[in-house]
Amino acid sequence: MSPVSQETGQGTSTIHEVLERVCCAMHIAEGFLPPAHAVAWGVASAPFVVHGVRSLTREVKEHPESTLLLGASGAFTFVLSALKLPSVTGSCSHPTGTGLGAILFRPPIMAVLGTITLLFQALLLAHGGLTTLGANVFSMAVVGPWAGYAVYKLLRRYDVPLMVAVFCGAFVADLSTYCVTSVQLALAFPDPGSGILGALGKFGSIFAVTQIPLAVSEGLLTVLVMRLLVQSSKGELTRLGVLLSGGGRARNKSTEAVAR
Amino acid sequence: MSRNTRINLLLLLAVALLAVAPLVFGMGDHKEEPFTGADGEAETAITEIEPDYEPWFSPLYEPPSGEIESALFSLQAALGAGVLAYYFGLRRGRRQGEQRALERVGGAEESDGDAG
Repeated sequence: MSPVSQETGQGTSTIHEVLERVCCAMHIAEGFLPPAHAVAWGVASAPFVVHGVRSLTREVKEHPESTLLLGASGAFTFVLSALKLPSVTGSCSHPTGTGLGAILFRPPIMAVLGTITLLFQALLLAHGGLTTLGANVFSMAVVGPWAGYAVYKLLRRYDVPLMVAVFCGAFVADLSTYCVTSVQLALAFPDPGSGILGALGKFGSIFAVTQIPLAVSEGLLTVLVMRLLVQSSKGELTRLGVLLSGGGRARNKSTEAVAR
Repeated sequence: MSRNTRINLLLLLAVALLAVAPLVFGMGDHKEEPFTGADGEAETAITEIEPDYEPWFSPLYEPPSGEIESALFSLQAALGAGVLAYYFGLRRGRRQGEQRALERVGGAEESDGDAG
């Protein structure tokens, strides 16, 4: 890579520059994972994305009417991952928006939608990167959606109200993404003194703590969109299993009219 | 204003407050450059841990300036917001159309003396 070797005049300032140009980027920047790690994370994410593409095509084929809602879920991720918000630690970060799609369409489909968002940012915004795509997909499009979905399902099983479960699911999807990012960086850059755990503490306190209030925001926004969906798309939510078909709390006159 | 709308507005207000609070309470004041990316700190951590690390790949395309980068970020948000708005607008329109059609059918049936 000739552009890199030109830049490597001073090692430290190169790192500085790379991180500077991705201000507020919470994904791992281009070239910032050693090649072995980059490949390993790519191999780890690939099956999830391939499986996701299959589920997505099946979903679209069997239920062409869900294409619109699929687009809306992808759009939600697009909006939220472009929203860079200030946080209590005095730095900025952005939410991921993967919880909603995971709850609606299950995590495999979210793996695809998340990957599309990450690709857009890697190619056009120099945010994240192609060599770190595997790692970023693994944190944002695989672990985040699965963790959020698991929490959502668990809470629903214990009859927790829908919106509380949605909030917790989105919150966990957001926060777990950044925990995984911290782990990925800690594995790549273990602390010479305190090892991987020491580095994990460092990166964790930077990424995860900043992310807590943003995860709350993401939870609230996901609840908002879910409320709008309950009002507007009751039939589809019932088909997707988010609303139970045999009546329930969210039922009212106007939605019954639609269901008829 | 209906109860539903009020709750939705409260949710938006809460998100706005969460975003503004760190600015208002000066939570970035202890820093030289407040409210940069948290990765600025990750950088410090990485250079502390491994001062010699050099990125081995650089982005294929980089926005030439901060302005263009923020323009592209806005584009991303606008695209997403546009699709979301289209979805909810379409749904609302369809629902209103369905309701109107139902009313019309209901009215016709009633006039036939065969309601329901």
